[in-house]
Amino acid sequence: MTERRLEEFRMPSLGADMAAGRLVQWLKAPGDRLARGDVVAEVDTDKGVIAVEVFTEGVLAKILVEPDEKVPVGTPLALIERGEGAPAEPVVPPPPAGAPAVRERVRVSPLARRLAAELGVDLATVPGTGPGGAITREDVEAAARARPARPAPTEPAEERHARMRQAIAAAMARSKREIPHYYLSTRIDLGRAMEWLAGRNRDRPPAERLLAGALQLKAVALALREFPDLNAWWVDGRAVAQPGIHPGVAVSLRGGGLVVPAVHDADRLGLDALMRAMHDLVARARAGALRSSELSDGTITVTSLGERGVDAVFGIIYPPQVAIVGFGRVVERPAVVDGAVVARPVVTATLSGDHRASDGHRGGLFLARVEQLLQEPERL
Amino acid sequence: MTPDEIRASVLECLGRVAPEADPAAIAPDVPLRDQLDLDSMDFLRFMIGLDATLHVAVPEPDYPELATLDGCVRYLAARLPAAPA
Repeated sequence: MTERRLEEFRMPSLGADMAAGRLVQWLKAPGDRLARGDVVAEVDTDKGVIAVEVFTEGVLAKILVEPDEKVPVGTPLALIERGEGAPAEPVVPPPPAGAPAVRERVRVSPLARRLAAELGVDLATVPGTGPGGAITREDVEAAARARPARPAPTEPAEERHARMRQAIAAAMARSKREIPHYYLSTRIDLGRAMEWLAGRNRDRPPAERLLAGALQLKAVALALREFPDLNAWWVDGRAVAQPGIHPGVAVSLRGGGLVVPAVHDADRLGLDALMRAMHDLVARARAGALRSSELSDGTITVTSLGERGVDAVFGIIYPPQVAIVGFGRVVERPAVVDGAVVARPVVTATLSGDHRASDGHRGGLFLARVEQLLQEPERL
Repeated sequence: MTPDEIRASVLECLGRVAPEADPAAIAPDVPLRDQLDLDSMDFLRFMIGLDATLHVAVPEPDYPELATLDGCVRYLAARLPAAPA
């Protein structure tokens, strides 16, 4: 006889600023089999509607919270029946490092990728029917059609926006109250990087071009391998180095506010894959189709305000993270090269660090490593 | 394509990047980045849209020529077959 046991699937915490969420709809029904990473429900948070994943295998046994109910973080939403012999594990942990890399190997036609970005379809959830399991345009269109229509929001846009501002205010006020920030900045010569980028993009169609932001993000991710004290969470009075490098990328929403979805294992992605991940996250952030793990897994934040003409940004750390990296605009400045004054494209990179987890010396070494990596863009 | 058809295609591509924008309210001679608050990722997505819709892959050095709506129409009209008379 097989022993069955029930586990609670709870309202996840999708960031330090989330206290409760409203269940929008269930995407699975009692009796449905669940695999790790399956999206089972949509939850409305202060940061928009999020697709909530499950990280256990089993069968959805019973739904405990009905659509439109708002419940605090940690409230059981459903019961999942697991079979005997399944490894004991929490029901809502972050996915293991490496899971996104598996998704990265999925073959996707360029047309399908572009369409998915336009429609806000998460390619990780699309079964491929093309040669070798490749995801085709038809697969993406079918996934978009099959997506259940989301109930229209009843809350006016102004109130949603006000709620998001309140959530950001609460998280940032907590950060400033609890975290002793230190701030560093360094000016980085991007001459080689920009030259390499222009050559790299010259003969490629727009869909395959890289942005300078991808180089900066990759340089940060690679540097973090040597600075685990900055790729950490502050938990129970101590810094806990995180096993994966999942930088959260600040994405401004077109209606106002921002979200910071994480790029999983950014240090292990090639530049092309990293750029695709950034395209995908921005499109889904704005379409309201982010996954819960993308909002809960960030191990550091990278923000860029250079597009708005800002020279440097000194960010506020997003708890439980212990650091935030900022990039300003790329601008030509006079520099002395081989004894001559020449114009060079430069960017100001900054680090706001949690002094409980690291100190300025480590932060300075980290920024120096980022600068060093950006001098060899072909190796990123 | 006529200039009006090109303008309509450009506005359609912009609408996918900035869905909240009212196409009728876009000033033709004011930089799109300023009017629509586009960042470089938005602008790249706009370029991807133009390539997919009109099959014109705009080289990066030419981006400044597409800064405004009028600039887009001018640039694309020079690269697309004209409408038959």
